[in-house]
Amino acid sequence: MFKWQIIIPSSLLLIWLLIAVTAPWLPLQPDKITLSHILQTPSSISWLGYDDLGRHVADRLIMGARTSFFVAFWVVLVSLTIGTLIGMISGFLGGYVDLIIMKIIDIFLAFPGILLAIALSGLLGPGIENVVFALSIVGWVGFARLARAQTLSLRQREHVLAALSLGATLPRLLRYHILPLLIAPLIIEATFGIAGVVIAEAGLSFLGLGVQPPAASWGSMIRDGSNYMLVAPHIVLAPGIALLLIVLSVNMLGDRLRDQLDVKKQKD
Amino acid sequence: MFSFLLSRIISFLIVVLGVVTLVFSLIHIVPGDPIQVILGESATIADQQALRNTLGLDKPLFEQWYSYLFQVIQGDLGTSLLSKESIIDMLWQRIPATIELALAGLLIAILIAVPLGCLAAIRQNTFYDQGAMLFSLLGVSIPNFWLGPLFILLFSVTLGWLPISGRESWQSLILPALTLGTALAAILARMIRATVLEVLHEDYIRTARAKGLSEFNVIIHHALRNAALPIITILGLQLGALLAGAVITETIFAWPGIGQLTIEAIQKRDYSVIQACVLLISLTYVIVNTFTDILYAWLDPRVRYRV
Repeated sequence: MFKWQIIIPSSLLLIWLLIAVTAPWLPLQPDKITLSHILQTPSSISWLGYDDLGRHVADRLIMGARTSFFVAFWVVLVSLTIGTLIGMISGFLGGYVDLIIMKIIDIFLAFPGILLAIALSGLLGPGIENVVFALSIVGWVGFARLARAQTLSLRQREHVLAALSLGATLPRLLRYHILPLLIAPLIIEATFGIAGVVIAEAGLSFLGLGVQPPAASWGSMIRDGSNYMLVAPHIVLAPGIALLLIVLSVNMLGDRLRDQLDVKKQKD
Repeated sequence: MFSFLLSRIISFLIVVLGVVTLVFSLIHIVPGDPIQVILGESATIADQQALRNTLGLDKPLFEQWYSYLFQVIQGDLGTSLLSKESIIDMLWQRIPATIELALAGLLIAILIAVPLGCLAAIRQNTFYDQGAMLFSLLGVSIPNFWLGPLFILLFSVTLGWLPISGRESWQSLILPALTLGTALAAILARMIRATVLEVLHEDYIRTARAKGLSEFNVIIHHALRNAALPIITILGLQLGALLAGAVITETIFAWPGIGQLTIEAIQKRDYSVIQACVLLISLTYVIVNTFTDILYAWLDPRVRYRV
């Protein structure tokens, strides 16, 4: 339909990826404190101005992009792998195994949103590894539920029954006969998962539970900046807009992808 | 209905048991010795031993779990490690503020989402629909810890209409409720649109139109009534998002609720208060969801027979 609805978000995400990967080699000074520049608004010398300690907002924004990309990548990868494996086993074996796994999933779902992640990272202490751990503990459940539901309906398909009667082992069945058919819905879930994790990481950092200073995160930049909003709104606006653009792009692409891969909808 | 009720109650009890167990085990994932973290490096061995004894951390794990479970069942959540206050009292002081915020947020979400979702469904694929869905996409993508400060910047700092934070007058409720409500409204509007769209294709809508009812009547009396059931379920499920969002929203606006207490307890490393807050929020969520399920089954007989 509209080409720009794919091109703009994809390019934004590509820039995010490039910045995140190349940040260590860029000439940045995210931790350099210049007292004479404290709270200076954007100018030709520094396009995004300086923060409350006189550090370049632009440089910190880039380091924050790296933080959020790193966390999103690892959390989605870990949740996707563990969740899919557990979900497939639960759906395929059925019976008591399925019953127990479903109850465990229900228990995890009883903690609304990122509450469990807030509690976990609060107890484990700040640090990027703890954020990844806490968000993965919350994240695997969505993938497990999806993989289980899909496996339940795939289990009775002819090609699976044929493989089963030919004596295929469980790992082989799951790897070659179930997993390939799960990939499309899992990719959609993972896309929306990225948006969720980016917001969650920034949220944890906003609460002071994410990366430790002086490391930069968009969430902690918003928190630090919100004390100086009257004199220096750019400190809050810059990371907020960056966050919004990334999450918006991911959600837009996710919607597109869902429409593309949803066979039922295409027939209409 | 009876067997449905029974199965829901059994599953509710299992989940509650699991939640209590998970919350209990939170203190055991603290890296290192929780006693040393609480008391600091300089504490004497005797002090450490005394606290370990009070918390029961010197007993076998199973016994600790067992006594924690029984304390929770009796409504005893222990005392704060720092202020020595009874945790139940601390929670009671905070609960009204959080309920007030959650209800106000829910009200704002419904007031925005129902008209918006209906409009988008009735005028499907038009400018209105696209506008509503753009709002929804934006609402889902703007985190509340950014929206909150923006609202403060606009309504409190620039225009000076509303207080920045705290809970002194009814005006101080507006900004937190708006922050919490907008995100929920975005999700709700999308779901209401989908539900109403589905209902609009039903035969009874065609009948209602064919007998010459006005479009307004068709929507209010025939479409919305039938769409109400799924919408109730969605509302129940979204209450969780509301409670979790309240943690961050309360922190932004210094709103003295459970969420703020949770974050304060985390900063002070007051483990038993953290456990109690997490337990309270998640148990509330489970109870509301179970009630929603039962309500749904009571209103719609088709659900009961499927079990």
